[in-house]
Amino acid sequence: MTTIAPSKRFQLPYTISLEKRVEDYPKWFPPAITIGAVLIAFLISGIILKLIGGEPLRVASFFYEATFGSWAVFSDTLVKATPLIMVGLACAIAFRMKLWNIGAEGQFYLGAFAASLVVLVPLVPPESPKVVIIGAMIIMGMIGGAVWGFIPGFLKARFQVNEIITTLMLNYIAISWNNFWIFDRWSDAGFQMTPTFDKSAWLPRLADYAREYKMFSGITLHLGVVFGIIAAGIMWWILERSSWGYEIKLIGDNPNAAKYAGINIARNIVLVMMVSGALAGLAGMSEVTGVVHRLQERISPGYGFTGIIVAWLAKLNPFTVILVSILFGALIVAGREIQPSGLALMLQGFILFMIISSDVLLRYKVRLTRQTA
Amino acid sequence: MTETPYAVEMEEIVVRFPGVLANDRVNLTLKRGEIHALLGENGAGKSTLMNVLAGLYKQAAGVIKIHGRPVSFNSPKDAIAHGVGMIHQHFMLVPTQTVTENILLGLDEPRFIMNLPHYDQKVRELQAQFGLQVDPTAKIWQLSVGEQQRVEILKVLYRGADILIMDEPTAVLAPKEIDELINTMRSMVAQGKSIIFISHKLHEVTAVADRVTVLRKGLCTAEGISAKGLTQADLARLMVGRDVVFSVAKEEQAPGSVVLSMKNVSAQNNKGVPALRNLSLELHSGEILGIAGVAGNGQSELAQVITGLRPCEGSILVNGEEVANQPPSKAIAQGVAHVPEDRTKVGSAPNMSITENTIMKDYSSEPIGNGWSINFTKARTRAQKLKKMYDILAPSVDTMARKLSGGNLQKVILAREISTNPRLMVAVQPTRGLDVGAIEAIQTLLLEQRASGTAVLLISEELEELLSLSDRIAVIFDGQIMGTVDAKNANIDQIGQMMIGSKLETL
Repeated sequence: MTTIAPSKRFQLPYTISLEKRVEDYPKWFPPAITIGAVLIAFLISGIILKLIGGEPLRVASFFYEATFGSWAVFSDTLVKATPLIMVGLACAIAFRMKLWNIGAEGQFYLGAFAASLVVLVPLVPPESPKVVIIGAMIIMGMIGGAVWGFIPGFLKARFQVNEIITTLMLNYIAISWNNFWIFDRWSDAGFQMTPTFDKSAWLPRLADYAREYKMFSGITLHLGVVFGIIAAGIMWWILERSSWGYEIKLIGDNPNAAKYAGINIARNIVLVMMVSGALAGLAGMSEVTGVVHRLQERISPGYGFTGIIVAWLAKLNPFTVILVSILFGALIVAGREIQPSGLALMLQGFILFMIISSDVLLRYKVRLTRQTA
Repeated sequence: MTETPYAVEMEEIVVRFPGVLANDRVNLTLKRGEIHALLGENGAGKSTLMNVLAGLYKQAAGVIKIHGRPVSFNSPKDAIAHGVGMIHQHFMLVPTQTVTENILLGLDEPRFIMNLPHYDQKVRELQAQFGLQVDPTAKIWQLSVGEQQRVEILKVLYRGADILIMDEPTAVLAPKEIDELINTMRSMVAQGKSIIFISHKLHEVTAVADRVTVLRKGLCTAEGISAKGLTQADLARLMVGRDVVFSVAKEEQAPGSVVLSMKNVSAQNNKGVPALRNLSLELHSGEILGIAGVAGNGQSELAQVITGLRPCEGSILVNGEEVANQPPSKAIAQGVAHVPEDRTKVGSAPNMSITENTIMKDYSSEPIGNGWSINFTKARTRAQKLKKMYDILAPSVDTMARKLSGGNLQKVILAREISTNPRLMVAVQPTRGLDVGAIEAIQTLLLEQRASGTAVLLISEELEELLSLSDRIAVIFDGQIMGTVDAKNANIDQIGQMMIGSKLETL
């Protein structure tokens, strides 16, 4: 045995080396890594806060109080999480097929627009029962988003047009389209919003039942969150149990194999884009009827784009999308409550960064070896 | 520095993977200017050992000496700095770049300005020296597999390697290209290079190698024995640990009714060049029709038009139903099974489990599915049954396809295709790149299909395989059938003549 002369420069007592994982990891490992990554993001944010003279623990407790501290604030968090759940699911199903739909924002706007048509045109008589009006709005909202998803889907399936470009560009068209109607046609006394809808077009909120149940007074949580949870359940079934979900996953993993297995790829591209658009459109409908009760400018502060991050952080798993959405909903609420509001953004950035970096641990093992002198 | 005759000495190398001892005190020595064959079944530890030498893995114990000097490699860069270069089985080339650009990739020079013509010239000089002809300005995607391999070899030579490791270099080549490669190897050795080559093909080992090292389950069963006087049977025994039957037994059997009938079929390849020209053939149930030919004469396209993966002109009837220019689902519904040429790019989904890979063809039909949902409990049970029946080596049916060795992946594909009870099986290069044990298993499966009345179209570049399995052999050249002969009394010279373009009638 020969030894190589140790180098003169400073060396750590350990060497860190990354090795490719050969064996499978246990089931609990990926979620544990993710939770660890979020905790580390909180820790780093805390350290930075301390360095600039803040009081991390007080901020943390305030953060908690403002987002999960009581039923009222937790309801605010869920209200913000609701559109994220549906938009996150919209992105997740498309991404499973490696179809990069980054147009959820536009599909959201079109969904909001089409749902509003029910009241503004009106498509159903205004004196119809609530169930009919809301039902019509759900259908129209999903159709609106699906149409906006169909366009890039068809272009890709038929002419191989890159969906990243088309979906992105369609976002701006959707926003401008919305603006035209609310500025020019339906403007309420010159403001960039339509008049408030009649109560029969409002999604039921918990606060509506405050007379029967005292505890619900002032709770703004609306039925939209149930849409989100049902959608997640259906999506899970589609992806994990249905033939169609198998086709989606197979196309995503190896399109050549999918073609070889007799799967019609073009048809699936169009279908998945439409379902993805319909989910984003449903989110738009739920915002219009559940929160703002009118069509207005900037009904989405970028939910469609946050949905991309949500889907990604949830590893495209429908149920995890719900959890990640609640976390991001909390960050949005906290951003409103905490000064400076940039704190929440910083935290959001660190969480994203940590979770994405933690992927390395799934693919590689880190080994510490003691340096032999 | 003491003068040793050895370019490489690997002593008592131990490599551990979780739960596996991949290399157990393995020795290997490479003399300067020799061709050394490294043999072993899939999973015997050959690639592991070579990856250690190339700096990709680190050994847990053991010493490596290069030209008598102990070395310690931490990366392929260290290895190449000592003149050790590896030519991988799966090429690592950028398809849209030129040959020269690929060769220069990752080097410190040129630093900023690419004076390509200057480097093209350097590459040409290198080519002339070793007889590796390939246009330096051509883009990789335009090259044949054999030419791409030459680029890989040039890449290593350009980096100044004098010890070359070739991982199954012949596995992807046509017979003619193999001869050219062997000539190149001889010329490199004559100019002082030393070569270790990994192979499954025993006749190549006996033809080319000076010495042989054989591994079995991580252990050396032969350490650098002289290849002179070794027979293929000797080598097979060292590899597998038992006697291997080289020709599988085939029962006499009369062919049944016509299953596949192709009339005047023409098709183009990916580059828009005619690949099949007015090709006609017939295939009966219980019959194996072998398609012989030099690679690239329309074999891939032939399989693709039958399975609906490529548009064509003409008529293709399976059980009397037209399948030409129909979606692949139509051929599948007609009972056409397909063992594709490319196991990983076409035949399987790498990040899906064995279970999910076995339901690819029948996920929407009973008993696995009902058109809407998939019964994963049943799918899993069936996958477990197939795993046992076909002797697929994997930790479980939940293992991802990409973690399987070539032979096991091929067994998964065959298991899936056979379990659809096909009436016609199109098998393209089903044994390519597999070790003798796996080849024997796959060939036996094909014969069982024949015995159960399936019509088998066997497209292969291994003439021996065609001769031992087929009932009839059709020779394809430039997209046309040159002639069909009875396999039992086939004349090999005649087949060879047809493979290079002579019609049977003229012979």
